[in-house]
Amino acid sequence: MIESVLVANRGEIARRILRAARGLGVRSVAVYSEADAEWPHAREADEAVLIGPPPARESYLNGERILEAARRTGAKAIHPGYGFLSENWRFAKACEEAGLVFVGPSWRVIQQMGDKVGGRREMRRAGVPLVPGSEGPVASLDDARRVAGVIGFPLMLKAAAGGGGIGMVKVSDEASLAPAYATAERRSQAAFGSATLFVERYLSEPRHVEVQVFGDGRGQVVHLHERECSIQRRHQKLIEEGPAPRVSPGVKERLTRAAVMGARAVGYVNAGTMEFIVQGEEFYFLEMNTRLQVEHPVTEEVTGLDIVQAQLKVASGESLPWRQEDIVQRGAAIECRIYAEDPARNFMPSPGTIARWAPPSGPGIRVESGVAEGCQVSVHYDPLLAKLVTAGPTREEAIARMQGALEAFVVEGLKTAIPFHLRVMASTAFREGRTHTQMVEQGAFNG
Amino acid sequence: MAEEVKAHITGVVFQIKSKPGDSVAAGDPVIVLESMKMEIPVEAPRAGKVKEIKVTEGQTVQEGDTVAVLD
Repeated sequence: MIESVLVANRGEIARRILRAARGLGVRSVAVYSEADAEWPHAREADEAVLIGPPPARESYLNGERILEAARRTGAKAIHPGYGFLSENWRFAKACEEAGLVFVGPSWRVIQQMGDKVGGRREMRRAGVPLVPGSEGPVASLDDARRVAGVIGFPLMLKAAAGGGGIGMVKVSDEASLAPAYATAERRSQAAFGSATLFVERYLSEPRHVEVQVFGDGRGQVVHLHERECSIQRRHQKLIEEGPAPRVSPGVKERLTRAAVMGARAVGYVNAGTMEFIVQGEEFYFLEMNTRLQVEHPVTEEVTGLDIVQAQLKVASGESLPWRQEDIVQRGAAIECRIYAEDPARNFMPSPGTIARWAPPSGPGIRVESGVAEGCQVSVHYDPLLAKLVTAGPTREEAIARMQGALEAFVVEGLKTAIPFHLRVMASTAFREGRTHTQMVEQGAFNG
Repeated sequence: MAEEVKAHITGVVFQIKSKPGDSVAAGDPVIVLESMKMEIPVEAPRAGKVKEIKVTEGQTVQEGDTVAVLD
């Protein structure tokens, strides 16, 4: 086992990783910005290093400062969490060059799958189904027009270097293609420094279903079943659950098989997620997240396995602690992301000071929290305060526990997404498992 | 009559979209704030001429602060 790990992140995910390290007897190092000196993650590690001022690019996104903190504390490994530097292949490469273990896949795989066009090409070669579209970047507007002739309208223009829904433009007909193409190029250039686009068929009311995969670099690649994450706003997930309701056993079987095939094809090591969109009996590869996912606790609750501890074990060179046949879904779990956002004002950020923080507890209730009373939730970072996860022998039970837990959750001093989550839990559409990625924008859960 | 343009949320000034003397229409972004990884425009409440921009890029503003003045 690695002797020590530096956690290059903050908030709830930093605490989650610190807990896993403690459980394995691994010495832990936290890093924090000047805005986070009083935050729990900065106080729960064996050592903590101040890495810079509040803006992320001067602290949590500053690879140099983080490597320097690792050198100073003698940390042997770096766990990047999610966001920040987790999918930055240059940082993963710099870790390797500094003789540190990067807890994740190799930098080459991060680079390969981070390029959405290259990643798609790789998945196509591996036999993973893709949304019909251009087989690579389109060279020009004319080229996009040619692809449109094959796949039809509506279609989506997406940034080749993009992700998280940024830079995507929907095109409903031939006439709007030219202006939309210009808009998409401009957005992509501004957001990612590259105007390269690709074209995909637009899917109406699809579902987002993803598969947790894990490879150990010793020939074993397994899946830990699926999660359904269709309740999103601005292409960011709000609620996730497992197993995915209303997905037939046949689709589930093909989906998990495709996910393992794709991960195996790129020689994937450590935890990753293959994201798909599902429409009826068809599914298509969306992208691969080459890191630990926010919603990993859903899978942990359903399988009873500890994904983060397994990450540290595999990063230490050990084999995966499980075989495929041991990984079984039992019951159901749901996660609600408790964001500091005001659902009554279209999920506007709601920074502030946490005056009161009383999370719920009880059987089947798990809270992954990054905050405590008195914490200043600043404008500099993403608004995730905590994740509320409930589990039960059935989906109905998990929903009932979620309702009780949301009602009992006391947060004062800022607005949170809790009232929105309560409306979703009470809605017929959600209770029947009839969800799709466009519901929130369509106002399906407005009060 | 002059009218103050106020920030409707707390954030950091990410971009200044107009300068004194510019004409803006109602709903045009005067500045863009960044808060919790979101870019949020602060829009002109009515048409008019920008008289003054009261903030600089990188500055933190609180909800309710005046960021610009329209003539």
